[in-house]
Parts: sequence; C-alpha cells; structure tokens
Amino acid sequence: MSAPNYKPHLSRSEIFYPTFERKSGNKEVTHYCPGCGHGSLHKMIAESIQDLGINDRTIFVSPVGCSVFAYYYFDTGNIQAPHGRAPAVGTGAQRARPHSVVISYQGDGDLAAIGLNEILQAANRGEKMVVFFVNNAIYGMTGGQMAPTTLPGMRTTTTPMGRDTRLAGNPTRMCELISTLDAPIYVARGCLASPKHTMRTRKLVRKALKMQTEGKGFCFVEVLSACPTGWGMQPVDSHQWILDNMVPQFPLEIFVDKTDLDHDDYIPPKAPSPETFHEVIRIADAANQMAPAQPETKYKDPRIKVAGFGGQGVLLLGLGLAQCGMMEGRHVTWLPSYGPEMRGGTAHCHVNIADEEIGSPLISKPTVLVAMNQPSLTKFEGELVEGALVIMNSSMVPNKPKRKDLELLELPATAIAEELGNARAANMVVLGAYAGYTGVLSLETCLESLKTLIKRQALVDLNVKAITKGFEFGKAARG
Amino acid sequence: MASRPDRGRVEINADECKGCLLCVSVCPTQVLARTTNLNKQGYFSVGYTGSGCTGCGFCFYTCPEPGAITIRRLEKSA
Ligand SMILES: Cc1ncc(C[n+]2csc(CCOP(=O)(O)OP(=O)(O)O)c2C)c(N)n1
Ligand code: SF4
Ligand code: SF4
Ligand code: SF4
Repeated sequence: MSAPNYKPHLSRSEIFYPTFERKSGNKEVTHYCPGCGHGSLHKMIAESIQDLGINDRTIFVSPVGCSVFAYYYFDTGNIQAPHGRAPAVGTGAQRARPHSVVISYQGDGDLAAIGLNEILQAANRGEKMVVFFVNNAIYGMTGGQMAPTTLPGMRTTTTPMGRDTRLAGNPTRMCELISTLDAPIYVARGCLASPKHTMRTRKLVRKALKMQTEGKGFCFVEVLSACPTGWGMQPVDSHQWILDNMVPQFPLEIFVDKTDLDHDDYIPPKAPSPETFHEVIRIADAANQMAPAQPETKYKDPRIKVAGFGGQGVLLLGLGLAQCGMMEGRHVTWLPSYGPEMRGGTAHCHVNIADEEIGSPLISKPTVLVAMNQPSLTKFEGELVEGALVIMNSSMVPNKPKRKDLELLELPATAIAEELGNARAANMVVLGAYAGYTGVLSLETCLESLKTLIKRQALVDLNVKAITKGFEFGKAARG
Repeated sequence: MASRPDRGRVEINADECKGCLLCVSVCPTQVLARTTNLNKQGYFSVGYTGSGCTGCGFCFYTCPEPGAITIRRLEKSA
C-alpha cells in the first residue's frame, strides 16, 4: 500500500497580498491583536472573493477603526473612508462603476455611532453593496470606549462603573433597525464565537457577496466579534463571553431574505459630464458670450453685498450681477444668505466678480454695498472696506451712512421703478445703475442677461426699461 | 489490520502564530497545543501534536491570521 497522499484543503487565500507592506511591523502578519475577530472575518471574505472570482471587480471600502488598514491586506480595489462614511463612499463607487462589487466594512463605533445616518440612508436607498458590520461592543482602536452596542452594565473606559442605560441608553440593534426599511434584500447576524457559529457566519458572508455579483441589492451582515484587548480578556474567554452575553442581546437570526425575489437591474443614471452640464442646467453658452467691459481699476474685481427687505428682489439682483459677470468671461460667485432673517426681515447675498479664480464666495469685507432699505445700510456699513461704494436706494433710505470715507451713489430706485409702472423692478434699476456708474458691466450684457433672469415674457419689457433708466442715471451721476 | 491513516493534516506556520490559543480551544480532537517555541513576534506558537487531525478546518476558520494555519486532507484512494 502506497503512503497516504494529502492534498491542500485550506490555506492562505490568494486574495491577501503575498506580504503586507505596512509601514511598520511584521509584514507576514496582520496588525490585529491576538484573537481579534477582524482577522477571522477577513479570511472568510477573502475566501469568498476568491471562490467567486470577483477580486478584479471588488471595491473594498475600509472604515476608521482597527480595520482602517484593510487595504494593506486585500488585493482588491481599496478606498479608505472617513469615519462612518464608508456607505456614502461605497455609494459613489457603486454609481461610478455599477458592475463592481462594493464592500463597506465597518466597526460598531464607525457604523452605529458617527455613521448611523450614512448607513441608514444607504440601506434605505437600497444601494447595491454589502456591509460587513463588526460588532465588538466597543471602540477598539481608540482604547476601549463605550460604543452604541456596549452591553448594559459593561465596563469600558468611558463607563468605568458599567453602562448605565438610564444615562447612556440601550445597545443599538442594527440588524433590527435596518430590517424596518423596505429596500434591503438580506439582513443577517452571525458570530465568531464557536466553530458552529463561525461556519454559519461563513455562509452568510458568502451569500451576501454572491448577491452582489448578481447586482441584487443592499445586504447587511453583522458579525459579533471578539475584542480581547478592549475587553481585557484572554481570547478563549472572550469567545465564551460573546456566547453568554452578546448573543442574548443580539439574536443570531436572518432578519430579511428577499434574495429569491426578482430584482430589476436598475442602474442609476450617470451624472452629466462637464461638457453637457451647461445644457442640463440650461445656461447653455451663457459664459463668455459678451465682450468684457473695461472698468476703471478701482472698480475692478468687486466684492458686492446686496441687501434689502425680502421681496425687494435682492437675491435676483445678486444673480443678475453674477450672470452678467459670467457672460463677460469673469469668474463669479453668488452666495445667498438664508436664515431666520429671511422671514420678514432683511435678505442679503454676496457676489464676487473677478478676473482671477475666487477663493471663497463668502464676503466679509465688501467693496460695494447695495442697500435697498435703511436697516441694510445700518447693519452692513461697518464692515465695508475704506472708500467702498455704497449704492443706496434713496427712495427708502432716508439716512446716509455715518462713515465719511465712503463713496455714495444716491439712487431713487424704487421711485424710478414706480414711474415705470412697478416698484418691484427697483432691483433692475440698481443693476443698470451699477453698470453705468462703475463700468464693470456693459449695458448690452445687462439687457442680454434678462433672457436668463426673467422667466415671464410679459415682464421683460419693464425690466429692459428699468435697466436702461438705471444705466443712464448711473452714468450721469458719474459725470 | 494496519491502523487507518489520519483524514487530515494541520501545519502551523510558527512565525505567523500569535499564540491566542483559539485553535487549541476549538479542535474537536484536541491535537493542537501550545509549545515553548517563542517566535519572532514574541509569542509562544502552537503546534500539532503529530497525529489525529481530521481536516475539519475549524482551527483554520477560527484563526485570525491569514497564513498561520494550512490544512491538508487525505486524498481518496484511487
Ligand atoms: C471624525 C473622527 N472622530 C473620531 C475619531 C476617533 N476614532 C478612531 S477609531 C474610533 C472608533 C472605532 O471603533 P469601532 O468602529 O467600533 O472599530 P474597532 O476599532 O472596534 O474595530 C474613533 C472614535 C476619528 N478618527 N475621526
Ligand atoms: S483592539 Fe480589539 S478590535 Fe482592535 S485589533 Fe485589538 S482586539 Fe481587534
Ligand atoms: S483541522 Fe480540525 S482536527 Fe485538524 S487540527 Fe484543525 S481543528 Fe483539529
Ligand atoms: S488561532 Fe492562529 S494565531 Fe491563534 S494560536 Fe492558533 S494558530 Fe496561533
């Protein structure tokens, strides 16, 4: 009888890099503590990726937490996401490459605390990804603080007397929470605390990954996992502790399994490319279509604040300024200020028009203030740069600025607009006057911009007149 | 009658073992044990006692290290 022959059965997965090119430490082994569940789960995931033959289309998103370094181990696509944001990053990856297999790998601090929003939103949208959720009831990486999943009475560095549920709430059961949503197709909890449980968990992992190869939908696999270091236990004891304490809190069930139902092969539409963007938001060929005006140096690159009552059209005036600047080939920004002051009080917006790229749309030191009413002048006068231009709607601003260094254009905008038939055109009177006075924009550009700014054709005539009147007024005032 | 050969064989890569003893605790036939070998990581590695492995793979799936354990199975005789 010949000597018995033993053939390889289970060995190091080829999905792991041959050596782990970590910055420090032994390159043959992981950085995980002895007995840490992360390693065992990594092995199951690697095995399934290998068996399914999907390593070239797998995008592994690692979290912040002890598993932050997963990209040193998995020979797949890798992205490391900010704390809690792996499902959002995974969403982006999936949408950019709809045929990839996206894995969001997360700990319980990452997923159930800082990232609770992201996971629920991704689950609710039914993003095509699998989430592997390592529940070790603690923040491992940062030294064993309480996590949302920490058990009642459990001691951690931030609950040295044990978690008091009246003070710190009860453990969050993520599978159960996610099961309330309509979209997820597979939600299951396993554990790694005995061979029986480990082999069952292996099946859950495999199934969830297989569903991704078929483009089926959102799968969530929670794994109760040991953190011997954080728990201050020997690894073997930590497994018993999972069985005795975690499993009663976190039942090992398959909560949702809709994997046999038919799924549409919906692929989200691609975002418009930069080339088609103008068409999509219907500002086609707006930029650069007009010859740029040549203003005096002191009026160039204005930082404009436009302020007035809500209803005076100050936001539209700001848009008009930005629109005109863009049409003349300038860099522009428009930043409306929303907030409680919008309700009834003053509204304002910030507009930059510049030859160079603009750093911030927010303007703290304006060079131009448009004050449509008295409160706006009072409120913003103080923040203007020295010698700034103030265009005040003298019909509604009886008191001039207190400061003596400012350049003043007193423009009865509301009165002019009323004469033309509608006080609401006062904002366009200002647009024209600003152009006429400073030369920053040409009259032609202002008139052309109305095509974009004014939707109702009936109002175009009025606004053409308003701009023209304003322009003449501004030009005459400049002398 | 000659005794039947073991159904499996386990190999421990001593330098990749972290001495957590989880494999020892899950082995149904109790054929793994801690050794006095202090490996290059500074852990006492485990080792195979030499016979009785069934190739069940429990130790492989329990061990957190990718390359610490390799399992072979007896080829069904042709
Ligand atoms: C925005 C941000 N907040 C906080 C931290 C600190 N931090 C790093 S890991 C971590 C918790 C990790 O715990 P868990 O997700 O349970 O993973 P584990 O380490 O247990 O695997 C925290 C709070 C951070 N890195 N970034
Ligand atoms: S601290 Fe806990 S979770 Fe982190 S590597 Fe160590 S055992 Fe694993
Ligand atoms: S394969 Fe099974 S029998 Fe063999 S050493 Fe591992 S656990 Fe023990
Ligand atoms: S489970 Fe792995 S790391 Fe732990 S003692 Fe066994 S071989 Fe070593």
